[in-house]
Amino acid sequence: MHKPSLQSILIGLIPFVAMCFTVVLWDQVHPFVLGLPFNIFWIILWILITPIIMSFAYRSERARIDAQDSGMKGGA
Amino acid sequence: MDNSLIALSVIFGIVLVSSIVGMYAGGRYKMNLEQWTVAGRGFGLILVWLLMAGEIYTTFAFLGASGWAYSRGGPTLYIMAYLTLAYVFSFYFLPQIWEVGKKFGMQTQSDFFHKRYNSKNLAAVASLIGVIFIIPYLQLQLTGLGIIVEVASFGAISRVTAMLVAFGLVAAFVFVSGVRAVAWISVIKDFLMLFAAFFIGIGLPYMYYGGIGEMFTALVNAKPTHLTMPGATKVMGHSWYISTVLLTSFGFYMWPHLFSATFTAKNNNTLRKNAVIMPLYTITMPLIFFVGFTAILVVPGLANGDMALLTIVRQSYSPWFLGVIGAAGALTAMVPAAILILAAAALFAKNFYRPMISPGMTDDQVARLAKVLVVVITLVALYFAIYSATTLVNLLLLGYAGVTQFLPGVLFGLYWKRVTKPGVFTGLVTGISVVAYLVLTKQDPFFGINAGFFALCVNFIVTVAVSLMTKAEVNPFNDNPAEEAKGSA
Repeated sequence: MHKPSLQSILIGLIPFVAMCFTVVLWDQVHPFVLGLPFNIFWIILWILITPIIMSFAYRSERARIDAQDSGMKGGA
Repeated sequence: MDNSLIALSVIFGIVLVSSIVGMYAGGRYKMNLEQWTVAGRGFGLILVWLLMAGEIYTTFAFLGASGWAYSRGGPTLYIMAYLTLAYVFSFYFLPQIWEVGKKFGMQTQSDFFHKRYNSKNLAAVASLIGVIFIIPYLQLQLTGLGIIVEVASFGAISRVTAMLVAFGLVAAFVFVSGVRAVAWISVIKDFLMLFAAFFIGIGLPYMYYGGIGEMFTALVNAKPTHLTMPGATKVMGHSWYISTVLLTSFGFYMWPHLFSATFTAKNNNTLRKNAVIMPLYTITMPLIFFVGFTAILVVPGLANGDMALLTIVRQSYSPWFLGVIGAAGALTAMVPAAILILAAAALFAKNFYRPMISPGMTDDQVARLAKVLVVVITLVALYFAIYSATTLVNLLLLGYAGVTQFLPGVLFGLYWKRVTKPGVFTGLVTGISVVAYLVLTKQDPFFGINAGFFALCVNFIVTVAVSLMTKAEVNPFNDNPAEEAKGSA
């Protein structure tokens, strides 16, 4: 079984911080951005950013797993 | 032709065509137990994506989310956050579950508990808890279907009759073809849902306010506190938001049907790619919210917020278009319902009935029993849908509070070699008991925190404590004991 690396876990923490833990900072109506109340704009923005961030986690995992599977044991 | 007849004919026509397509697609494969439940592990990226999307975008997203936007306001934002974060979280354990699933031939969530903890009793308890908490989720779909037909018939058909007809169809459809049919019907449903979301999510704010920005401006002027937390509620503030987002994003793949959908993937890389692209599917959710927010000032005073979306659509468009939206809604109830029924039936037959009551059964007999259970489970959910009334989102949150209690057993099962069977068992039972107590005594939220999340924390602590107090067990998932003994990754 391939366990996830610390690096990829840290990448995954970014969307959690932005969309969940920091709610106090962005849960407000003003300023409106693109016609949207700020909190709704912020959430939509992060829906769009998250796949980009996760593609970095994907690349980091793929590279590591390919290296492991091609016989470089213990390289993790 | 009168309005209700037009709307209902369009709904029925679209649902019927979709069902025929689904059954045709499923009918081309010979069905055995594995084929029926996990489609022979043959799905690629696109089909897994559609299957998972089909399960996720339920009538809860369609009617429940707009309903909460209408009646609760700000706290509804949790839905967009948790859906996105659930996929992020899945990146770190679904591929691993697929790996052990393939190695040990798992078909259900309880199989995971059975193989990891080498205990059919623990698996049986897990399957029973899974089935129990699937019921409110299924009840949610039934209630949603009832609302759709009730509104589309302009009140002519009662909700109960509507539920009976629609669920007869779902049960028949599950009976004949299993998971493959559901995946194909999902394709139609997803296109309809996307179309509906874009059309009414943008169209309605323009129709009544001249734009989305104008709609929000009007809403903020009329109700300045509705859009931030706690919105129209007293108890759903920021601590509720954080604990609910964590509970639901962690618990998302603990649903037995979503967990077992993992096994339909061709390889674990499919699941990693999925985790990366799935958050984009959440992008339809804001549009559904816009409809709920628009409805606040256009159709004020509805007693049941869940009816907001359809009521404003009925008031704004011609009856055939209400039919199209109604059909999208009906499919978003029926597809997930089919999957829920399938998962619950397979779980109960394979992980409870056979090991506990009739160990001599063959796979074919289990498959036959599962089909009988399809009818039984549907009837139980129908009973609750008819005889209890609560909002769609509350039903979902109750289900989440329950199924998320599987998390310690799953995560520790994968990543902590010291976890033991008694630890997981005690933690799970404690977690479920805390949920049951807090929900039944109406203490949710508990000191501003989601009761399910509080129970999950207790569950984690108990699991760790009891595991450390009990004797270490052999970890069957460990494929390289020598390496683990040295403590390396």
